[in-house]
Amino acid sequence: MAKVPGTKGLNLDESLIFERSRKGRTGFSLPVEDQDLREISTSHVPAPLERKDGLDFLPSVSEVDVVRHFTRLSSWNYGVDSGMYPLGSCTMKYNPKISEAAARRPGFANLHPLAPESLSQGALQLMYELQQFLAEIGGFAAVTLQPAAGAHGELTGIKMVRAFHLDVHGRPRKKVIIPDTAHGTNPASSALNGYEVVEISSGDDGVLHAEQVREAMDEEVAALMLTNPNTLGLFEEHIAEIAGIVHEKGGLLYCDGANMNALLGKARPGDMGVDVLQFNLHKTFSTPHGGGGPGSGPVGVGKVLEPYLPVPVVTHKGDRYHLDNDRPKSVGKMRSFFGNFGVMVRAYTYLLEMGPAGLTRAAELAVLNANYVKSRLEKYYHLPYKKICMHECVLSDKMQKANGVKTIDIAKRLIDLGFHPPTIYFPLVVDGAMMIEPTETESLESLESFVSAMKQIAKEAKTDPGIVKSAPHNTRLSRLDETLAARNPVLTWSKHD
Amino acid sequence: MRYLPHTTQDISIMLHELGFEGIEDLFAGIPHSLMLQRDLHLPGPMSEPELNRHLENLEKANPAASCISFLGAGAYSHAVPAAVDAIVSRSEFSTAYTPYQPEVSQGTLQSIFEFQTVTAGLLGMDVANASMYDGASAAAEAVLMAKRVRRNITRIVLSAGLLPEVGRTIETYVSALDLEIIEAPLSGEGILDLGALSAALDKDTALVVQTPNFLGCIEDMRSLAGLAGEKNAFFISFTAEPYSLAVLEPPGSFGVDVATAEGQAFGNPVSFGGPYLGLFATSKKYVRRMPGRLVGLTRDGAGKQGFVLTLATREQHIRRARATSNICSNEGLCALASLVHLCCLGPEGLARAARISRANAEYLKAGIAEIPGFSIPYKASTFNEFVVETPVPANDLVQESTRHGILPGVPLNRLKNGNENRLLICTSELHTRQDLDNLIRVLKQRGA
Repeated sequence: MAKVPGTKGLNLDESLIFERSRKGRTGFSLPVEDQDLREISTSHVPAPLERKDGLDFLPSVSEVDVVRHFTRLSSWNYGVDSGMYPLGSCTMKYNPKISEAAARRPGFANLHPLAPESLSQGALQLMYELQQFLAEIGGFAAVTLQPAAGAHGELTGIKMVRAFHLDVHGRPRKKVIIPDTAHGTNPASSALNGYEVVEISSGDDGVLHAEQVREAMDEEVAALMLTNPNTLGLFEEHIAEIAGIVHEKGGLLYCDGANMNALLGKARPGDMGVDVLQFNLHKTFSTPHGGGGPGSGPVGVGKVLEPYLPVPVVTHKGDRYHLDNDRPKSVGKMRSFFGNFGVMVRAYTYLLEMGPAGLTRAAELAVLNANYVKSRLEKYYHLPYKKICMHECVLSDKMQKANGVKTIDIAKRLIDLGFHPPTIYFPLVVDGAMMIEPTETESLESLESFVSAMKQIAKEAKTDPGIVKSAPHNTRLSRLDETLAARNPVLTWSKHD
Repeated sequence: MRYLPHTTQDISIMLHELGFEGIEDLFAGIPHSLMLQRDLHLPGPMSEPELNRHLENLEKANPAASCISFLGAGAYSHAVPAAVDAIVSRSEFSTAYTPYQPEVSQGTLQSIFEFQTVTAGLLGMDVANASMYDGASAAAEAVLMAKRVRRNITRIVLSAGLLPEVGRTIETYVSALDLEIIEAPLSGEGILDLGALSAALDKDTALVVQTPNFLGCIEDMRSLAGLAGEKNAFFISFTAEPYSLAVLEPPGSFGVDVATAEGQAFGNPVSFGGPYLGLFATSKKYVRRMPGRLVGLTRDGAGKQGFVLTLATREQHIRRARATSNICSNEGLCALASLVHLCCLGPEGLARAARISRANAEYLKAGIAEIPGFSIPYKASTFNEFVVETPVPANDLVQESTRHGILPGVPLNRLKNGNENRLLICTSELHTRQDLDNLIRVLKQRGA
């Protein structure tokens, strides 16, 4: 069996930064105030509007304090750079260092969004080309880069759907159909646009069938929202027929692009009849997740939705790039400026380094890795859908439950053995689901090591279930009490706590 | 390919395990007619040196990035300690996901808890969330929350002093709701006209006010709070330049229901418009109606202090269509940058940077007002940003000044259609006395 990396190690404790605070200590280096000017700066604020608390909620600490504090905190985190992070549907692939350096280039980082267009042509060119690249990858007519994350892209996409129906049919329609395997963001994004959500179930084989869609489809349905590959890691093989049924009744097909990593260069949603899709640059295009953002959720659309894209769109005429705000049918703006440019720079850099063949290879190896893990583990864990999977596979705790070991326990025990746990208890259609997405950047050795860990846990579940149920044992903190946190929420620090 | 570790031998071992001949067999689930029958039309692959050369060329086509800049209007440059980037570059922070597994995410979780504390303090509110996409979307989410908290709301009153982008974002966010949106006008002083505002407000309205407003003018928050209270309107504040919070009373002390802000200026570069972060804070009574992630204090099995994501029953992954928002990823790493930045500055540093920013603006204001042909159209007090009436179209001034390596400000008509002879000028502690004098000299050349 391959070795697992988990072990015990020295881990430094650290209090809250506020507890390090000592009056008189400073961590800044700023110009000394010009005494002539100092007078001005205090005399002009109308007295009742002047701040009086002395900003005493900020700590007074030295730079050494700050750097040590956050360095210690960082050592309590697990990231992709620490090891395999098979969090299903999150595509935690390696984040190239050149992309980090690219986004930090002063010519990008110091560029103000309201600088004259003529002096920002490099940034506009980058955005224009990224729009083109994503349109080609997804098979779309146009792309907006504005949304800041996947869910923001969904919200934008459904807003465009609404604008389309208002414009073409004179009313927004009332419903959005969503399969039971969908991410929670799908129903939330639809509801925020005023749509009633109609949930339909997928078939026993884990995919959506035309009959279910036909039954639910009528002229009040604005869109069907599906994820392809879906959250069971299966390709929605009837998608073309489903698109036909939706279109026949005047509806549109939305595809959640969270799982695009499986399709790069192999198949394009636009060619399957998808009208609108959000890309997740922080998944498929390798930009880091940052512990919860910043992401970027560009939206690709077919010709019918192009007039409704948020403003501005980057256009190219002659040898100039331009921000086009003159789009009368646009849904408007989903945020300030043009989107998370720093994230776009990273994704653009990644795309250029990979090239078309590299991207296709990434999809192939992502699918190979997921199928390999599935095949190596199906003797030890229940596999609810026995089919070839795409970029991720879903297992469950059915076999371990007999000994009282549940998915949450398996996840926590994986931490002891040196891995980040998979996505758990999702999709909801599988009881005790473990959704494993290794991604293409894991080597055979790393997959084998993960398999060893999972096999060890399966064995422990039979021979020593207690050690699994009380995991993790090697972390600085043991399992945390989430009920306690929610019962009496303490969301900020104060001196008296 | 350096990110793909598979050797030919690895691939054959793996295919053998699966009982397949080739990788194509794994894509058999995709109907043949849907497979792309050609290569993607994309450039690359590029080696690292080639890529660096290409990126350098793109950078060179952004000469604005190396000008002395007086641009603000929603994106602000300040002095950022090098320690900030050193910390956010640590890949334990940057390459982690949302902290769903608290035992391996305490670094992220504790830092968010500290961020929530600092944000609530800055805005003078009880609680703050883990961040929103940016200031504009935070303000828009505040309006959605107003409608959740008070079903009776039928009208949104937006101050004409809101950055036009923020107003536009709010309009887009609420477009599916049955809400009337009206704009409350500014007076000739450059701040809200209290009479007109009073007529627009009642118990069925939510009011959104920005201070300092997009003309740089400091609103009379005391009177606004009085009006909102008297009319029982839902009161939302927005701050575009968060350094102003170091010298101005925070929105919480004026009884706002929700305080929102753009947090970019704390530790994040202007980066052509993003990533930034939205600050969102409210009072304790609304905590279960808030959008976004929240981190709370708890204990582990042995009683040790730790942190977890909490009150998740508000969120989309639990409540789905009935969630308070659809937000999932926020701006975690930008929030960390803000926190580290504010810890380095501390109370003294933040106050000093804010005072210098303001003093520099006052110096410029006085200097420019003396140039024949130029004037200061609004009399209200300002923080670090102010409007100048120019003798020629502001855009022409910008074009000329860039030849001297100076970006003198944002022409007001780039933000909102209107008078083309107005320029919005912004200063910070990054400007030296010489920078200020240079700008005055350049503008003088165009004086009548």
